[in-house]
Amino acid sequence: MADHAVVADDEVDLSRRKFLTRATVATGAVGAVFAAVPFIESWSPSERARAQGAPSELDLSKIDVGQMAVTVWRRSPIYVVRRSPDMVARVSGHDADLKDPQSKDSNQPKYATNVLRSRTPEFLVVIGTCTHLGCLPKQHFDKGDLYPSWPGGFFCPCHGSRFDLAGRVFDGSPASINLNIPPYSYPNPTTLLVGVDEKGEA
Amino acid sequence: MAVKTATGAPAELPRGSAPAKKGFRAWLNKRLPVDEFVSTQLTGYYAPKNFNIWYFFGSLAMVVLVLQLVTGIFLTMFYKPGEATSFDSVEFIMREVNYGWLIRYLHSTGASAFFIVVYLHMFRAFLYGSYRAPRELLWLVGMAVYLALMAEAFMGYVLPWGNMSFWGAQVIVNLFGTIPGIGPGLVEWIRGDYGIADATLNRFFSLHVVALPLALLLLVLLHLVALRQTGSNNPDGIEIKARLGADGKPLDGIPFHPYYTVKDVVGIGVFFVLFAIVVFFVPTLGGLFLEAPNFDPANPLSTPAEISPVWYFTPYYAILRAVPNQRFGALLMLLAVVSFLFVPWLDRSPVKSMRYRGWISRTALALFVIAFIVLGFLGKRPPEGLYVVLARIFTVVYFAFFWLMPFYTRIDRVKPVPERVVYHAH
Repeated sequence: MADHAVVADDEVDLSRRKFLTRATVATGAVGAVFAAVPFIESWSPSERARAQGAPSELDLSKIDVGQMAVTVWRRSPIYVVRRSPDMVARVSGHDADLKDPQSKDSNQPKYATNVLRSRTPEFLVVIGTCTHLGCLPKQHFDKGDLYPSWPGGFFCPCHGSRFDLAGRVFDGSPASINLNIPPYSYPNPTTLLVGVDEKGEA
Repeated sequence: MAVKTATGAPAELPRGSAPAKKGFRAWLNKRLPVDEFVSTQLTGYYAPKNFNIWYFFGSLAMVVLVLQLVTGIFLTMFYKPGEATSFDSVEFIMREVNYGWLIRYLHSTGASAFFIVVYLHMFRAFLYGSYRAPRELLWLVGMAVYLALMAEAFMGYVLPWGNMSFWGAQVIVNLFGTIPGIGPGLVEWIRGDYGIADATLNRFFSLHVVALPLALLLLVLLHLVALRQTGSNNPDGIEIKARLGADGKPLDGIPFHPYYTVKDVVGIGVFFVLFAIVVFFVPTLGGLFLEAPNFDPANPLSTPAEISPVWYFTPYYAILRAVPNQRFGALLMLLAVVSFLFVPWLDRSPVKSMRYRGWISRTALALFVIAFIVLGFLGKRPPEGLYVVLARIFTVVYFAFFWLMPFYTRIDRVKPVPERVVYHAH
């Protein structure tokens, strides 16, 4: 029983012991990080959620001139506005009151990076959630609806963000960028497909 | 009272009880330190004898925590998380479960009551400098409790899946989207879908009923351990441990039990009278405790006319909306909460208690309380016209209270602090 090898204090290799302790802790930490991956990944959208985010189709012939239709894509309302020539004209003339008139800092596909922010002047397709904090801006398309110089557009009731008929944000709004524009395409002249364009599915 | 043990160390024992040598009590104490716990934590834990009405709210917060745990456990028995089931199951609880309405109203009123007592508890700390050295960590742990409570309350509010639940979740989760770079991805990860959805609701349910209550209990325990280490502050802001009697006990201290347990029971009684009035007569408190739009089911295609959180978040919400830039607004809102963490180091006054501070500190605290209340009111109003102007003014007042503190507390004229606590026997 008494023949344990006894190491005297001054014979203990402390630096070796310290190295082993640190190496063990480091290995354990790396293991903990890897072990956390499945739990963190479990929060990402599931396969079902991804499948339900497939492109969404809308029949454009059912929208009257000057009217707006709402469709849903990836749980977001998509506003589709059929702008009359008068509404198209009301998009210009107030660039000085806008935060990002050229849509340089805003999110839209290349084909919508223009003044009207659309593929064709007639149809405006925007994600109908306020770029401030995600409420639904309400339509106020008539001239002077909110105040005398109002050119028509959208008003968010939550925090008061204002957007014009091209979804461009006005100065003085809490939102910093224009309404987001989803990828979309027209497989034929009367059909809108949200979520897919020449580049494929979003 | 003080009994010497065999080793000669003084030991405090429960009143009227000699150390048990035989029987069940001795058997028990040999295996579990029950008597030792009682004597060190209750009968032998000395608290300042000059506590006033402001010292009710810590124990009241504990009572509300227990109330929330018990009512929450019962609600979980009937609630079904899920986009299709949540709203209906809450209506089922309200209409069909026996006394379900009572259990739910106790829980919803308890949430607001929790914040009322916590805000009064925090005000007490500002009044008497309870966050000052050596209680900085006590304050920080308390703030962690407050943060966990905010997360708990927010997620709990989402569970009934009313329209305000949905849009509140939408607004709050989107705040994370303002973080540069990782924002959009982070929001998608939190939601588990491309919008607030079933996945979001279920993870909030899990966090609300399992993870956060566990965290809250642990943090409250840490808060109490830290309190036992430093001892309570008191309205005079002087350390009672600095003046010990011949028996080694603070001259200005009295045993927590029975003196303060009895006092707290009275406070709990008064609290429950007020609490019952709300639960039985005005459970929604005119839309303050439960908002009207939440009696409509969640509708992703219809925003309520006015989105505003429950009253306890409205001061921060008003700050968020006072800024005409989303990223800066979210940042300022975060800073409004985080500012509390720095108070122990921002306060440079030579005295702790407001009793011995001058008019500058008193005015600053009064202005802060006014700003907090006015911002709370403004958070419930639409963000337009005069309301925005007022929100901006009081946001400045709010932050000035914190970040000018190192300056105004130093130049403030203070009164001499007495050596012993001020106490008038009744």
